[in-house]
Amino acid sequence: MQLRTLTPQRIYILIGYAVAATALFCAPLYLNDFRLNLLAKFLAFAIVALGLDLIWGYTGILSLGHGVFFGLGAYAMAMYLKLEASGGRLPDFMEWSGLSSLPLFWKPFESFGFAVAAGLLIPALLALFLGYFTFRNRIKGVYFTILTQALVIITTTLFIGQQAFTGGTNGLTGFSTLFGTSLAGTGMKHTLYYVTAALLIVAFVLCRVIVKSRFGKVLRAVRDGENRARFIGYNPAVYQMVVFSISGALAGLAGMLFVLHVGIISPSMMGIVPSIEMVLWVAIGGRGTLVGAALGAILMNSAKSVFSENYPDAWLFFLGLLFVIVVVFLPKGLVGLFSRITFRKRKESEEHDGAAAISHPAVRAGNG
Amino acid sequence: MEVLFLQLFNGISVSSILLLIALGLAITFGLMNVINMAHGELIMIGAYSTYVTQNIFMDLFPESMFGWYFVLAIPVSFLVAFVIGLILEFTLIRFLYGRPLDSLLATWGVALVLQQLARTIFGAPNVGVTSPSWLNGGLTVMDGVVFPYKRLFIIALVAITLFIMYLYIYRSNAGRRMRAVMQNRDMAACLGVSTRRVDALTFAIGSGIAGIAGCALTLLGPIGPSLGTYYIVDAFMVVVLGGVGKLVGTVFGALGIGVTNTVFEYWTTASLGKVLVFVCIVAFLQWRPKGLVAMRTRQLDS
Repeated sequence: MQLRTLTPQRIYILIGYAVAATALFCAPLYLNDFRLNLLAKFLAFAIVALGLDLIWGYTGILSLGHGVFFGLGAYAMAMYLKLEASGGRLPDFMEWSGLSSLPLFWKPFESFGFAVAAGLLIPALLALFLGYFTFRNRIKGVYFTILTQALVIITTTLFIGQQAFTGGTNGLTGFSTLFGTSLAGTGMKHTLYYVTAALLIVAFVLCRVIVKSRFGKVLRAVRDGENRARFIGYNPAVYQMVVFSISGALAGLAGMLFVLHVGIISPSMMGIVPSIEMVLWVAIGGRGTLVGAALGAILMNSAKSVFSENYPDAWLFFLGLLFVIVVVFLPKGLVGLFSRITFRKRKESEEHDGAAAISHPAVRAGNG
Repeated sequence: MEVLFLQLFNGISVSSILLLIALGLAITFGLMNVINMAHGELIMIGAYSTYVTQNIFMDLFPESMFGWYFVLAIPVSFLVAFVIGLILEFTLIRFLYGRPLDSLLATWGVALVLQQLARTIFGAPNVGVTSPSWLNGGLTVMDGVVFPYKRLFIIALVAITLFIMYLYIYRSNAGRRMRAVMQNRDMAACLGVSTRRVDALTFAIGSGIAGIAGCALTLLGPIGPSLGTYYIVDAFMVVVLGGVGKLVGTVFGALGIGVTNTVFEYWTTASLGKVLVFVCIVAFLQWRPKGLVAMRTRQLDS
């Protein structure tokens, strides 16, 4: 990559990144354990938001099924932790459901490496599978969105129904250790936090590389004019499948981290409501900008944990109104609002910079 | 033989409920291309309207009249949902035409607010609606095969609603205007159709039918603030499977999903049955991506 001229705007953005990274890595110094744990959870959510932004903000496909990918990753990690906690015996919920031996598909999850690989690959493959059967037939826009929602419904019913294998409504919980170290210890919490922060940065850089590459340009072309991209000679279905699959893998990664921080995963955490909330994070932060998606996830969840602790009823009203307000008045989210305020003065000189704000009407129009 | 009859009846019964729920969606989604996630909440509003009607009858009228409350509850549910749909269209939906995915998110927000509103007014626990006594019992077809009157009543209600919808859309002036706007908005506007009014009315009618669906659901069990969320995705699947823009498609979509669902649930378990139905729908869409009955168009980006 060649050196680009450092305009004041670029310097501000670089300073912004530096401040954000410093704030992330110094967080254990100024947050108590409870808040740090919350922040770590939010950072995991930010990874989902990045993946979701890749598919929605950049490719124009709205997925309401990311809860499933998130959940699959989480269950993979939870299965490993559960087996470690059971220490060679049958996990407790299986005994209650009358199983006498460990089901075959649980066996490989005794290995940490396998669990991590499964947590990334299973969501990615499921996304690829669903994408193959939908994008190839040009089932898109609203139809795709509804299908992903149906995927959520059936996955949660399946997980609740197969109590003996998945823990049913209660999900998987009661973990004690990771690699023999207690999950509740301060040292472990700090380590997990740093791992999450580092992985968030890796995910961010990965997404940024994807978005800035030629591949990313095609994604935007598919978003803004699928048929035009097709006529030029690209096969939009392949791009959509690949990006959906990457997005699924990122959600799976976030799910794995989530379980490590929270210590429980249940079907209600991968249901319809969490899936749509994930979309809201991206919408509020600003779809079509990676920073917006990540910030949206962190800010929304911070707001949620503050408000819903104090006013649980008012929170739902607030959340509902927020959906409406963001969609109608802030289609580009907070980042869009911010860049509208700060960059207005320069509008004449740099009409289309593209780095800070994307103003294609098709982003607003979706892909319908 | 008995099992076959019973399963067939169950299938048709499930289909009729699905159809009633999806009918309103077929209008708002199929004809207007608005994804109304608050549709489930309009169903919930219809159900609570029935509940309130029942309470009014209990308090104000003699006991002998009580059986008739349900007859009144149907139009009341329709009207309440109709008015709320109209308000929704005027305040929000009109800004979202042509942005289906955005309409999905915004109406989801509306759904949250409406649910919380119901929780504030009626309380979070489910409330029961006493069905009128003339709907208790069932029709004995043969030994061991009894068709409950409630289910039969719902099937009849769906048939009547469908017939009225057919008359309205295909046999009335208002319906003709509606179809004209859906097929070619600009041309309709040029010919003097007030597209704004048609949009508002269409959305309100779709909402009103959701109200009727809510009224019918009170016959099947207790109702609560999150009643709508159980049905909304299934209803969307019906519309997607049936094909957008034609009511016939919705009818077949509902029958298809209802009957296959019953059959799979009979063969396997309830949760596995749902998975199989989903797989079948995705497989079916491979063959006909636009659903059972598709509007023919030469447009590329339709």
